[in-house]
Amino acid sequence: MADSMTSTPPRAPAPPAASATGRRRGLYGRNLRALSLVTAALVTLTLLGVFFWAPNDAYLGFLQKIFYVHVPLAIVTLCGFIAGGVMAIAHLRTRDPRWDMRSYVAIHISLVFGVAVLITGSIWAKGAWGHWWVWDEPTLVSFLLIMLLYATYQPMRFAIEDPERQARAASVFAITAGVFVPINFAIVRLSTAYVHPRTLDNISGNLPGRMQVVFWLALLSVTLLWVTLWRYEMASKHATAQLRRLRRLLAGDESEAPPRRSAAPSVTTSPGGVG
Amino acid sequence: MPPLPLHTAGPYVAAAYIVFLALILLYVAIMAGKLSRVEREVDELTELAQRLHDEREEP
Amino acid sequence: MSAPAPRTRTVVAALLRKELHVELRTWESVPAMTLFSVTAYVLFHFGLQQDSLGGPLASGVLWVTLLFASILAVNRLFVADDEQGGFDAFLLSPADRGALLLGKALSLLAYLVAFELVAVPAFGLLLLRTSLGAALPGLLAPLALGDLGVAAIGTLVGALAVRTRARDLIGPLLSLPLLVPVVICAARATAPLFMSPAGGLPLRWMLTLGLYDLVFAVIAFALFDFLVED
Repeated sequence: MADSMTSTPPRAPAPPAASATGRRRGLYGRNLRALSLVTAALVTLTLLGVFFWAPNDAYLGFLQKIFYVHVPLAIVTLCGFIAGGVMAIAHLRTRDPRWDMRSYVAIHISLVFGVAVLITGSIWAKGAWGHWWVWDEPTLVSFLLIMLLYATYQPMRFAIEDPERQARAASVFAITAGVFVPINFAIVRLSTAYVHPRTLDNISGNLPGRMQVVFWLALLSVTLLWVTLWRYEMASKHATAQLRRLRRLLAGDESEAPPRRSAAPSVTTSPGGVG
Repeated sequence: MPPLPLHTAGPYVAAAYIVFLALILLYVAIMAGKLSRVEREVDELTELAQRLHDEREEP
Repeated sequence: MSAPAPRTRTVVAALLRKELHVELRTWESVPAMTLFSVTAYVLFHFGLQQDSLGGPLASGVLWVTLLFASILAVNRLFVADDEQGGFDAFLLSPADRGALLLGKALSLLAYLVAFELVAVPAFGLLLLRTSLGAALPGLLAPLALGDLGVAAIGTLVGALAVRTRARDLIGPLLSLPLLVPVVICAARATAPLFMSPAGGLPLRWMLTLGLYDLVFAVIAFALFDFLVED
């Protein structure tokens, strides 16, 4: 799975040197603590709601509680992939490498969330049908396909050495895949509905009162969680890039940062960083 | 499909939520690693800057 | 007509002629695809332990085989341009880049049609339980739509993959998920044709496939420029 500890293909670009006065300090770390606290509070509230407030589903019993984590994760993952595509469009239009970085992080985080969707979905399938995998669930099947597609994102990036070309290819990929996400969802759903009645979506479609509230709360929490993790990763990448720039300024162009635990090729930096 | 009794469904629900929790904690761990690396580099670069500063001060 | 830039139609025609000329000379793609599909049929015969297939099973085997064979052509599509400076030559010319996309996509389409002229009858001969002749008129539309989808997505992915270091891996890994909906729609569409008694062609799958082709043709057209520039 995508490992954010290794040297990442896209360099976080330093803010343009010319507009030093216009640059805001701590670009991504601002308000991060407040955001994290709000997210933590919401997640806690959601968990309380799920286990102490929402009633047990008459038809599915206690097992239905999995929906509150599985479905919001699924929705947020899909939106995250689409967001990555939108950011990629911004990158191709403005040629600003920052958009490429944003797109990369969005896709990366959605990938991790997507793995969680597949695992929780599988747990649900085992509980409900006795099998760890079922083809009846259009959500699970679409997700398998989407994850197979996005799993090639990072290997593809690593396989292109020129950083600008890499960013452009990645953006083309992100846009194509982003368009693919909703279409694939629709087609798989169409093909499954033809044979099997829709199960998961039937249930989460018409939720009575309290369950609805908790569901929307869960959706909000997971969305905020995604945004928080995105900001964390952006801040981290930005800081690392600034450190690299600082090192170059202090020690000259030949100085190399201590080698990182990674077999992936590191992108050689040029003086001044990517502007 | 009749609802599973609590003692059968319980472990599954717990497993699903634990996966969710594990995801968050995994991120915390990854961020911790990055933070310590950043801290190390800042130390190195401060040392370097100090050295350059001292060299400049020398007569 | 003394326009500064050549008309797109002329460029596309010239490109297509060049591609077909090269293919006729080197025989890179079409024979390989044909051979691959026939071998695949043999494999399926042994793997599935069936002498003949009908209905959805036949439909599935046919389309999966066609899909995998197409990947071979997609992989080779831009290799010559990349290795021999064809990209640079094209970029230096005043021609519109969309023409390159169109030319390549049309040539890929031509290869697909060419190899299917052998692969589909071979399927009818080797594996199909019902008569291919009866199914053939109905087959033409799904084949055409499927080929269009493969051509659009294959050209885009081919251009994307050719500049990477692991182009033979990236190509299939990217195209196959993107082409799954094509298989879904095409296989469902043709399954009734292979049943006895044969059913009619379901319109909804054809429509879906057509829409899918349209969407990705537009996407390919919009994004291709970004892959070719340097």
